[in-house]
Amino acid sequence: MMEILDCVNLNCPMPIVKINKALRNKITGDFITVKANDPAFKIDLEAWIRKTKNSLISFEVSEEIFTAIIEKRT
Amino acid sequence: MSEQNITLEELKLEFDSLKDKIEKIPQTQDKLSLIVFSGDMDKVMASFIIATGAAAMGTEVTLFFTFWGTSVLKKSEPQKRDKLFLQKMFGWMMPKGSKKLPLSKMNFCGAGPKMMNMLMKKYNTASISELLEVAQDCDINFYICQMSMDLMGIKKDELLPIKNLDYCGVAKFLEISDGGKTLFI
Repeated sequence: MMEILDCVNLNCPMPIVKINKALRNKITGDFITVKANDPAFKIDLEAWIRKTKNSLISFEVSEEIFTAIIEKRT
Repeated sequence: MSEQNITLEELKLEFDSLKDKIEKIPQTQDKLSLIVFSGDMDKVMASFIIATGAAAMGTEVTLFFTFWGTSVLKKSEPQKRDKLFLQKMFGWMMPKGSKKLPLSKMNFCGAGPKMMNMLMKKYNTASISELLEVAQDCDINFYICQMSMDLMGIKKDELLPIKNLDYCGVAKFLEISDGGKTLFI
């Protein structure tokens, strides 16, 4: 079962802080699902992915909620 | 000697000397040091947001609190008695902890920060005390300027119990920030 990280109603910088913390106790190849609605979430997450060299598997929007699936690569 | 006649031995020597030079070039390190000089709520918030965000990006982060910024780390309780008169005066005039910081603009004698806090609650923005917790959780290093503490009359037991908090002077700060990025806020 994939871990779902709920970042709905959280503002900058909390979504990336929480993602970073959640990935700390994961191993390479693990996935997590993140839900958020911060309007800057997409651009921030993409920058975070590039910087930390993890990968973004999917990114979807429905009813103003973003759902991202991240794979731990490092 | 013409270029064509270089022996393998000479080439190896040249290669080794170049390798040696490259190894001596200082590497830019992934670290960020913030000088939190201001004790204004808005500027302190910006410092903490940048610091925690950078830590989440995998950067090694150091917060150096100096001058007015030292108020952020103060407990919100009454000050200790054993101080010089002028230090006590500073203690009375300075904000008592991170929840009492003024805004740099539109402070309106303290009404500004109250309104800002209401808005922050509504939009679920992390307050400075929450960001302080997050920063400790992200293993951010805290340093407080010893000289500012003396000037502002802040005793060590008047500071919050923060993980990774140490006292230092400018030399230590410069050593920490060397080779990384530094912001003065």
